[in-house]
Amino acid sequence: MEKFFWDSFSQFSDRIALQEGQREVTYAELGIMADEFVSNIDTRSLVFCICRNCVEAVAGYVGMLRKRIVPVMLSESIDSELYNNLLKIYRPQYVLCPKEFCPDVEESQIGAYKLVRNSFEAIDLYSELALMLTTSGSTGSPKFVRQSYKNIQKNTESIVSYLGIRDDDRAITTLPLNYTYGLSIVQSHLMAGARLVLTELTFFDRGFWNYFKETGATTFGAVPYTYQMLDKLRFLRMDIPSLRYITQAGGRLGEELHLKFAEGMRQKGKDFIVMYGATEATARMSYVPGDYSVSKAGSIGVAIPGGRFELVDVDGGTITEPEVVGELIYYGDNVTLGYAEIREDLSRADERNGRLETGDMAKMDQDGFYYVVGRKKRFLKLFGNRVNLVEVEDLFSKAGYDTACVGRDDHMAIFTTSNKNSEMVDFISAKTGINRTAFTVFYVSEIPHNESGKVLYSELQKLIEV
Amino acid sequence: MSNLEKYNKAFCEAFELTNPDFASLNYMGIEQWDSVGHMSLVAAIEDAFDIMMDTDDIIDFSSYEKGKEILAKYDVEF
Repeated sequence: MEKFFWDSFSQFSDRIALQEGQREVTYAELGIMADEFVSNIDTRSLVFCICRNCVEAVAGYVGMLRKRIVPVMLSESIDSELYNNLLKIYRPQYVLCPKEFCPDVEESQIGAYKLVRNSFEAIDLYSELALMLTTSGSTGSPKFVRQSYKNIQKNTESIVSYLGIRDDDRAITTLPLNYTYGLSIVQSHLMAGARLVLTELTFFDRGFWNYFKETGATTFGAVPYTYQMLDKLRFLRMDIPSLRYITQAGGRLGEELHLKFAEGMRQKGKDFIVMYGATEATARMSYVPGDYSVSKAGSIGVAIPGGRFELVDVDGGTITEPEVVGELIYYGDNVTLGYAEIREDLSRADERNGRLETGDMAKMDQDGFYYVVGRKKRFLKLFGNRVNLVEVEDLFSKAGYDTACVGRDDHMAIFTTSNKNSEMVDFISAKTGINRTAFTVFYVSEIPHNESGKVLYSELQKLIEV
Repeated sequence: MSNLEKYNKAFCEAFELTNPDFASLNYMGIEQWDSVGHMSLVAAIEDAFDIMMDTDDIIDFSSYEKGKEILAKYDVEF
């Protein structure tokens, strides 16, 4: 049987695995704490895990992997309507959450967390199913990605190898655990025997930078909109001697900012690593090696070790020549099992067989580096949140607004025939939890359709790009 | 336009507010003033006064009143 990193902490026994404030937890202690945490939960149960960047949440997660309990990772700030809907759909036997999260009676308590037992019946989980993560939780969709034990192990191995993560690295948490990028940083550092510096503080808290310096953090990850903030905060002018390299994923940074950070970090003798991935591929699919961060700015790089890309034209044929755009297909052991939309889906086996259609349109240059040029379907990235425009239109439609939505990075244009501007922005901002500056409503007398009744999104897109 | 008017206008624009209780505004105190809103506010203020704030000042810019103190360093008088 394959050896998993979460079963092998004893090799790092006395090294520090987690730090939270002044509190330090060694790998040996983490193993014990993790097992204690789940001692009241049966193997192959389904658990809602409410995430916070703290020792308890990481220990609980690790404990669940070790005992083959399946967590559904959810944000602590999840919309209550969505949460109740998910409870109804998936009927988890337990909820592992911060003490303040819900008023339910607790089964047991460990530190800042508690375990709540539900009376839902047992479930037949597919034997290799390890974990459930959302792709677009912000629009209220109950859709999850099903990840296997092998997916997590293989993708983590690859990340540790291409980033060259060392056991003296210290990663400070800047992303939530319920987000695949945040979780992958936790997993890759635990595999490498490195230290995780846990915090809920953000780049805008003075405490964050003090904590960063006190703990001697060597790396962090951030998404495009946080890089815009870091740019605004003149991050490149800060003097942080302990910092070794930083990573970016979670959407397109844009060539200009990519180049700015690549050059700025290079001047400090440090690396800036741009990566590309998806929850459907566990986490990572490609990266731009540090040596190429300047010369290949704007690229998503090359496939990670153990993976490979293919470009496919509209007829399904493979594109081999450079500079020709096709749909980006990824192959590798980190391609996840498939989606779940109802409880019964958790019994399903692997439906992708190592092949993922990314939905991104891309091209390859002469040197074998890939560039994403657009989306095949209608998704936007708004401040790090993947938003499905179809789902947004559905939300509006249920609330009685007729809309057609288009957009570009960090901005959604909502075209509507309902003349209710500001309340629509209030509505969608509240529903998605995304800052209202991401949305603009445009009143139109009629939404353009073609002869077969399909919305002409390209016409609307032109209107916002003038 | 006076400096106070410019300052107030920057808040109104960044957070899409009309006639707010300015003195009560603070970071995370209203829905619009989250980390994304903070970026818009800093941009609006830098544009209004043609200045470029230091990292520490951007981080410390935690309320309407605190912001006035910070802008004094950049020779913006109210």
